[in-house]
Amino acid sequence: MKEFLLIFRRDAVSNENQLSPEQMQSMMKPWQDWMGSLAAQNKLVSSGNRLADEGRVVKSNHVVINGPYVETKEAIGGYIIIKANSIDEAAELSKNCPILFVEGNVEVRELVPMD
Amino acid sequence: MQKDELIPHLFRTEYRKIISVLCKLFGVEHIEIAEDIVSDTFLMASETWGLKGLPKNPTAWLYTVSKNKAIDFLRRERIFQDKIVSEIHQEKITEMEIDLSKENINDSQLQMMFTICHPCNSTEAQIGLSLSILCGFGVEEIADAFLTNKETIYKRLARAKEKLRTEKVKIELPVQSEISERLETVLTTLYLLFSEGYYSSSKNTGLRKDLCLEAMRLNLMLVENSQTDTPSANALLSLMCFHSSRFEARTDKNGEIILYEEQDENLWDKKLVEKGEHYLNRSSTGINLSKYHLEAAIAYWHTKKVDTTEKWENILQLYNKLLQIEYSPIAALNRTYALSKANGKKDAIIEAEKLKLEDNHLYHSLLGNLYIGIDQQKAIEHFSQALLLVKSGADRNVLINNISRLNAK
Repeated sequence: MKEFLLIFRRDAVSNENQLSPEQMQSMMKPWQDWMGSLAAQNKLVSSGNRLADEGRVVKSNHVVINGPYVETKEAIGGYIIIKANSIDEAAELSKNCPILFVEGNVEVRELVPMD
Repeated sequence: MQKDELIPHLFRTEYRKIISVLCKLFGVEHIEIAEDIVSDTFLMASETWGLKGLPKNPTAWLYTVSKNKAIDFLRRERIFQDKIVSEIHQEKITEMEIDLSKENINDSQLQMMFTICHPCNSTEAQIGLSLSILCGFGVEEIADAFLTNKETIYKRLARAKEKLRTEKVKIELPVQSEISERLETVLTTLYLLFSEGYYSSSKNTGLRKDLCLEAMRLNLMLVENSQTDTPSANALLSLMCFHSSRFEARTDKNGEIILYEEQDENLWDKKLVEKGEHYLNRSSTGINLSKYHLEAAIAYWHTKKVDTTEKWENILQLYNKLLQIEYSPIAALNRTYALSKANGKKDAIIEAEKLKLEDNHLYHSLLGNLYIGIDQQKAIEHFSQALLLVKSGADRNVLINNISRLNAK
């Protein structure tokens, strides 16, 4: 089995796509059910973390800029680590991720162990 | 209490106390000598009490006799030549304090728990030692509980004691900085000890109940000591109280398991449920949410038999969290059952089929139940598959009934 990092991204910039506290609350159950489903399949390695909206980006010339590093309008909202036999299986497991209900996406990346 | 009941009773309650105090005094390297002294004392009790009648205070009699035997031993063997002789002069042996006060007994037992649950031994060996030394179980009873033979247990215990000797494990509480880590091992052993009694396939219901009670008694000692009174220790005790509240309701007179759904609620022990709630409340401090907290909370919801959305939604979320801490097939199956109650059977079937536990009869039983009313043929197929895999007689009967009920429709 290989391990994969699932990175959750969604629109964090434009105001019309922000979630209300009630919406955030109602997202809790689908997230917990999805994580529970992965764990019940013994595919969850780490429940990961959610990331706060605020961030800093430190550039090579020591310039510090506010806000998460956003190339496009999408920001990373959180991550988990799962295990799967292949990257295709990992992608398949990501298809029920609740981030997809709010027009976000999941990036699937294999972890490469350090030698 | 009659004499023939009194000695086994005292053996259960006093053996561990005297042995802990003596082990503490002699050091773990002489654990067998302590065992011999206490066994001799009980042997003498059954002979003497039979001839001369019961002493006024049988417990005090046991303490005095074992004390004297310990002093005799110390004098004869001079085992403490390298150990205590520098501190105590030879002539003072007879006055030597063998402290059998309640306080020292409690302290010694608690320290003994940590010694027995030392990580140098496997968990199986730790449970064996706990049963033998802290619970006063005979090799035969331990073999029965583990569903193995006396030889195996005898060897396992001897090896485990040897290991404690070679590792020079001291009989003492770990230092404060190590206590929470070492306590984890102790709690795991108590949890397994309890499970051994609660889920064992041994038909000896008396023995199984004893195992559970012993685990609870040891756990109680932990929460009664300020150094080991941690949230996890309380959560584990709470879990045990909730589970054992159903003891009388969960087996019939032949020792066969009665399923939760079919239990007579009136037989549930309300006092134990209250105790469970008490320790669950005591466990809810600090920031660490252990698996015992989650399992205790699940067990709490199971003390309410009425099906409500709130109950099953809570149980589902607790299982979701529990599985994130630690995967186990049984938790995965129970989570899926809770999912069917909270989110509906169709969702649950999709989730169940992802579990891929085809070799587990409970997996097929679960799917059989989920397919009832949705696809009768598939329900029958799964129950039949479960029947091929199942071992215990009670489970067989349930499956056969399910299949014939479905075929009758």
